[in-house]
Amino acid sequence: MNKIISKEHFSANVVKLEVEAPMIAKSRRAGHFVLVKVGEKGERIPLTITSSDLEKGTITLVIQKMGVSSTKICNLNEGDYITDLVGPLGKATHIEKFGTVVCAGGGVGLAPLLPIVEALKKAGNRVITVLAARTKDLIILEDQLRKHSDEIVIMTDDGSYGNKGLVTNGVENIINREKVDLCVTIGPAVMMKFVSLLTKKYEVPTLCSLNTIMVDGTGMCGACRVTVGGKTKFVCVDGPEFDAHQVDFDEMLMRLNAYKDEETESMTNLKK
Amino acid sequence: MALVDRSEAWREELRASMKNKERTNIERVHMNELDATIRSRNSEEVNLGLTVEQALLEAKRCLDCANPTCMNGCPVSINIPKFVKNIERGEFLEAAKTLKETSALPAVCGRVCPQELQCESQCIHIKMGKPAVAIGYLERFAADFERESGQISVPEIPHKNGIKVAAVGSGPAGLAFAGDMAQRGYDVTVFEALHQIGGVLKYGIPEFRLPNKIVDVEIECLRQMGVKFLTNCIVGKTITFDELSEEGFKGMFVGSGAGLPNFMNIKGENLIGVMSANEYLTRVNLMDAANPESDTPVYKGKSVAIIGGGNTAMDAVRTARRLGADRAMIVYRRSEEEMPARIEEIKHAKEEGIEFLTLHNPIEYHGNERGRVTHMLLQKMQLGEPDASGRRSPIAIEGATELIEVDMVIVSVGVSPNPLVPQSIQGLEVSRKGTVIVNENSMQTNIPAIFAGGDIVRGGATVILAMGDGRKAAAAMDEYLKESEN
Ligand SMILES: Cc1cc2nc3c(=O)[nH]c(=O)nc-3n(C[C@H](O)[C@H](O)[C@H](O)COP(=O)(O)OP(=O)(O)OC[C@H]3O[C@@H](n4cnc5c(N)ncnc54)[C@H](O)[C@@H]3O)c2cc1C
Ligand SMILES: Cc1cc2nc3c(=O)[nH]c(=O)nc-3n(C[C@H](O)[C@H](O)[C@H](O)COP(=O)(O)OP(=O)(O)OC[C@H]3O[C@@H](n4cnc5c(N)ncnc54)[C@H](O)[C@@H]3O)c2cc1C
Ligand code: FES
Repeated sequence: MNKIISKEHFSANVVKLEVEAPMIAKSRRAGHFVLVKVGEKGERIPLTITSSDLEKGTITLVIQKMGVSSTKICNLNEGDYITDLVGPLGKATHIEKFGTVVCAGGGVGLAPLLPIVEALKKAGNRVITVLAARTKDLIILEDQLRKHSDEIVIMTDDGSYGNKGLVTNGVENIINREKVDLCVTIGPAVMMKFVSLLTKKYEVPTLCSLNTIMVDGTGMCGACRVTVGGKTKFVCVDGPEFDAHQVDFDEMLMRLNAYKDEETESMTNLKK
Repeated sequence: MALVDRSEAWREELRASMKNKERTNIERVHMNELDATIRSRNSEEVNLGLTVEQALLEAKRCLDCANPTCMNGCPVSINIPKFVKNIERGEFLEAAKTLKETSALPAVCGRVCPQELQCESQCIHIKMGKPAVAIGYLERFAADFERESGQISVPEIPHKNGIKVAAVGSGPAGLAFAGDMAQRGYDVTVFEALHQIGGVLKYGIPEFRLPNKIVDVEIECLRQMGVKFLTNCIVGKTITFDELSEEGFKGMFVGSGAGLPNFMNIKGENLIGVMSANEYLTRVNLMDAANPESDTPVYKGKSVAIIGGGNTAMDAVRTARRLGADRAMIVYRRSEEEMPARIEEIKHAKEEGIEFLTLHNPIEYHGNERGRVTHMLLQKMQLGEPDASGRRSPIAIEGATELIEVDMVIVSVGVSPNPLVPQSIQGLEVSRKGTVIVNENSMQTNIPAIFAGGDIVRGGATVILAMGDGRKAAAAMDEYLKESEN
């Protein structure tokens, strides 16, 4: 049982929770995630640790309402308890001084991007963050990301904020403008797929963080498997970060829809 | 082995009360079972246990041999004749106590041990060409009787020594270790990565074979003995081994199991609807996914193939049947004779209408435009020369293949040791296969304060062996800690 210390709304569908988890706060590194379950009959879902506060013994999660489980977490309030929370899971991001790094995030991918941007900056990199969303209201964590970036580029599909265009337009402009040593991309799988295709063309090494379906998060079930470089990998223990140019995104996109029918049904039930 | 003491007056009297001939003439008891058509649609326990009358009669079949070879067959050398004879004289609680002298989880072992390969295979009756005494059924009877009587004996703890020790993992190995260390007065904490305690007993073996409430009673008993449980805590991730030492844990027992599922790396294995048995069973058992109240989804396939022939495969196929599969198939590359599953599971599966496609091996899966599996292509096999495991190895019959329609495939071709713990302890000696290397007698690793046992050492074994390891490690760690005190 982990207590929620504070709650903040980033947008109608995106919530930030500060949760008591002293042991995790101490051991987590950028790139780590936790598995969270709400209620006795709840589902275990993965969420990135966005930041932590050692003194308070808390970690911060940023959650977007997608289906039943994420909605249940978003509906919790200050003072409520998360039934089960385990972590930190996954491999921590490999941080070193690469030079110029472009961090391209979209939607709720901005939450997992934040700790990486922060760590890269600390390691002495020049960090350019490209923030993308469908529309202005969906841009989250702008201030926090700005604080740790040398430059920030905002892209919206409808042009309601920043530049009009897709995340790939933003990244391409930078690559054409200056030498980029590394690209990090986190967001919806489709977005990562296209960023990866783009950077492959320009031969810019690219890391992505995959958000597959998970059950245990400890390598026990294989629900999270993806094909990377022709080999099957478990995202929860081998990842979540991989060389984007090696990832079979089409297979991953297909697998994300594995339980689509069941999910739609349970969402309809939740709304009732 | 040392002859067991069977000289108590009551035992001599019992032996004299009936001729061996009369005893061997009694027919072996049949387990009472739920009807196969009914049970294959619900999750109730299949075996109903023996009645008092049945148990009393079955216990009479045991000859109370001077040299009880059955005990040689038991990996933890339970004093089998003593508990059986206690049943014969009606002292059921005494029988349960005898079991508990050596087995931490008799109600569990009575249900899941492969007795036909262990104690029962060495029974004197077998040598006389008759079926063995139903030792497993009697074990279950005594343990169930004790539990249902509400008179569970919580072992007395002489004095607490206050020394902190940790068990990593709450499967049978960790639980057995915890129980024994608590009895020796240690301050025991069990760390478990999942949100439930019990390891495979909870997330793997289904309700219809081992109801959760039986495992829970054992856990409750440990709690009453002062054992502390910390769920949602991954040692090596949430807390490191060094941190445990810093917090004053003087000894650690690693019982983290063999969690990693193997796949076959064949075409189409990542299609939707193809999954590991671990994933399937975890969804259904740990997450209760078949219950409409649960948020975790699970497929309810209509035509389901399970690849493999072990206990896990049997559990998965029988679960699929219970979740509504019209066609539930075991696909196994050798013949039935080589199947590693318990004979009882194979028998039960057949009664429940499971099809056995033995001497078949999948070579690829086909899917539809949405990426869902629709067919499996099977290669027909024949048996050749015995291989390293002593079993005749399967060889493909060239050109003989078969395409079968499926909407779900469950891969159950073994597991590998969970690398999480070995990776997180610097300098820990690990074999090429990833198992932790220990001294076989003490279960001690190359790092003196760290002991290990169960599947993480054996790479996939049985409940009783895991439990035995936990007990062995407890005894050795006790010695080690006493020595290092002085
Ligand atoms: C390592 C990792 C870190 C993550 N970090 C975060 C985070 O910090 N914040 C956050 O909000 N989410 C994060 N996610 C994604 C989050 O776990 C999923 O959104 C969540 O599991 C959806 O569950 P649900 O029951 O609410 O929705 P479901 O009912 O399962 O799904 C609803 C809809 O969302 C789609 N969907 C399901 N899972 C995903 C997914 N993983 N990615 C994209 N679409 C999906 C489904 O196709 C479906 O259409 C992370 C995932 C991983 C693997
Ligand atoms: C479906 C199935 C059916 C089976 N049927 C039978 C049967 O009929 N008869 C039989 O004798 N055997 C059977 N077995 C085998 C038997 O269950 C195992 O041999 C036995 O459970 C091994 O026990 P263990 O304690 O070593 O590990 P496990 O039972 O695997 O328990 C290990 C526990 O450690 C936890 N863990 C792992 N890493 C960490 C960490 N870093 N920190 C904290 N916790 C951690 C895991 O979450 C798990 O709960 C079956 C196995 C399966 C999967
Ligand atoms: S989530 Fe189960 S193996 Fe990765």
